[in-house]
Amino acid sequence: MSIAPADLPTGKDRGSIEGAAETTALTEVVGTKSARVKKRLTSRTATVAALIIAVLWTIPTFGLLISSFRPAELVRTTGWWTIFENWGFTLDNYKDVLLSTSQSSPQLGAYIVNSIAISLVGTLIPLVLATMAAYAFAWIKFKGAGVLFILVFALQIVPLQMALVPLLQIFSTWLRPMQAWLHDVVPIIPEQNYAPVWLAHAMFALPLAIFLLHNFIAEIPSEVIEAARVDGATHGQIFFRIVLPLATPAIASFAIFQFIWVWNDLLVALIFSGGTQDVAPLTQRLAEMVGSRGQEWERLTAGAFISIIIPLAVFFGLQRYFVRGLLAGSTKG
Amino acid sequence: MTTADLLGKLLQVVMGLAVLAAVVGLLIFFIDKAPKKGRDYWQLVGFLAPALIFLAIGLVYPAIRTSLLAFQTSGGEWTLDNFVWTFTQPTAIRTLINTVIWVLLVPTVSTAIGLAYAVFIDRSRGEKYYKVILFMPIAISFVGAGIIWRFVYEYRSGDREQIGLLNAIVTAFGGEPVQFMQTDPLNTFLLIIVMIWIQTGFAMVLLSAAIKGVPTEQIEAAQLDGTNGWQRFINVTVPGIRGALVVVLTTISIATLKVFDIVRTMTAGNFNTSVIANEMYTQAFRASEVGRGSALALILFLLVLPIVVYNINVLRKQREIR
Repeated sequence: MSIAPADLPTGKDRGSIEGAAETTALTEVVGTKSARVKKRLTSRTATVAALIIAVLWTIPTFGLLISSFRPAELVRTTGWWTIFENWGFTLDNYKDVLLSTSQSSPQLGAYIVNSIAISLVGTLIPLVLATMAAYAFAWIKFKGAGVLFILVFALQIVPLQMALVPLLQIFSTWLRPMQAWLHDVVPIIPEQNYAPVWLAHAMFALPLAIFLLHNFIAEIPSEVIEAARVDGATHGQIFFRIVLPLATPAIASFAIFQFIWVWNDLLVALIFSGGTQDVAPLTQRLAEMVGSRGQEWERLTAGAFISIIIPLAVFFGLQRYFVRGLLAGSTKG
Repeated sequence: MTTADLLGKLLQVVMGLAVLAAVVGLLIFFIDKAPKKGRDYWQLVGFLAPALIFLAIGLVYPAIRTSLLAFQTSGGEWTLDNFVWTFTQPTAIRTLINTVIWVLLVPTVSTAIGLAYAVFIDRSRGEKYYKVILFMPIAISFVGAGIIWRFVYEYRSGDREQIGLLNAIVTAFGGEPVQFMQTDPLNTFLLIIVMIWIQTGFAMVLLSAAIKGVPTEQIEAAQLDGTNGWQRFINVTVPGIRGALVVVLTTISIATLKVFDIVRTMTAGNFNTSVIANEMYTQAFRASEVGRGSALALILFLLVLPIVVYNINVLRKQREIR
């Protein structure tokens, strides 16, 4: 992980980039545009150039989308741009990758469930732990707080790769027996379960999460906290009743960023999931399909589209939070 | 997937969340009930300990251990062989060279295109739609992007109709279809295009915001001085967004140094396309060469370090100005 280029917006007191990110939260542009009296500097050439770039950027995804709806035979023999000459649309590819139970089908259903399970808990654990730690750093005075916070912050520069081998060893020594025990007690939980992936994602997310949430939580006016303390509120009460509600926007931004990050992750999954359909997420399954069935384009296109639909939905649905969270954590990993 | 499987998975999620809730709930309950004497201390421990334990196990200890493993043989003896291998073996050297090519091309090209695009669409009609289009690839996983582009680069032999767009264009102009992913060194550049495709949107959004921060008066003054668009861009806009440019370049550089999924999905590092992060995975987890993998991880860390430190300094200065 490395240093975030920007922190979460904290009301009025924002840095240039964060503030800028806010204004460009894509949807807000319209509002400011009318206020602008600047003369447009863009010429016709510029518009054409922008249009060309935009088209170039869209074509690859567009081709994938079209192909995923074409009959398998046509996908294999004709280019998707010949769709008008070789007309044909079908949902069979999606049915095949999602519902078919035959051995040759990729059976993505199980992996979708895994992706959801991993992303959900892999987001919640670091979120809860980081919010608590951020609160402690911001509002509990103790000796060495500054140094400790800088150390946590500095951990962001440790690339994921530095942690993988030893962490895997730790997990196989300490976590594996517990997983085996759990499997004995509750047989429907497979011996290979989500725990290692959850924990790994939580651990890797913490430095960035603590840093971002601290920035936000430290901005809460001290009068609010002090007033609560004078009234005899404990740290637990302050945390749940005051800090959590006030920090919700920052928490939401980080949650979305972390969810997409975990959903799109391949590296952590490859190392900690074991690769079976008990645990492996969609990305891992797709990467595996590319390796073993790189020619089955009707399946690959449908599978890929299923895997990108959730982050895209989040992207379009929660654009403002998404951009904010993404800019905040864009260098994670 | 059977119903029992699904039930097992659901149970795991419920149990995972229950454990999390129980741990946090109990911690905070006991913190508030802690004896008066030393209560502050216990409160601090309660709030901080879970995160610090996670960090110690997940990052601090592993990072130290990896640094040591890089200097050890598989038998545990001290050695420099892992680094000697990295800097002498042709395949390993190629990995390093490829990483350098990546890190030279991706940040510069994506920043250049992102900047040009941001300038082109600035205050144009439909600006936000233009932005969404370029920004969208950011939401797509590297694996998804890998598949999208593998499809573009797909090769069909002989006279068969090409289904990959790039080969279709090549043959339309009378050329012979190329096995893009197998052709060294072209393949590395084609993989780089995928990363550029993803990162340009990020550069564009940040730079576009910065451009809007350049004071109108400066641009108008330059206009009155009779400068043309290009001169205004170079002499007014670019100096005005210098800070954002640095952040964008460094941020993309860091992401590029660590690029793994794209290479893994598209070529798995074969045909001389490997980069450090991919080779680290291959050595440590496929070839069981933990020492070499650790050495590569350490090299990656050392490459990222100066950029990150520089990035922090820039950000700190910006804060001070503010």
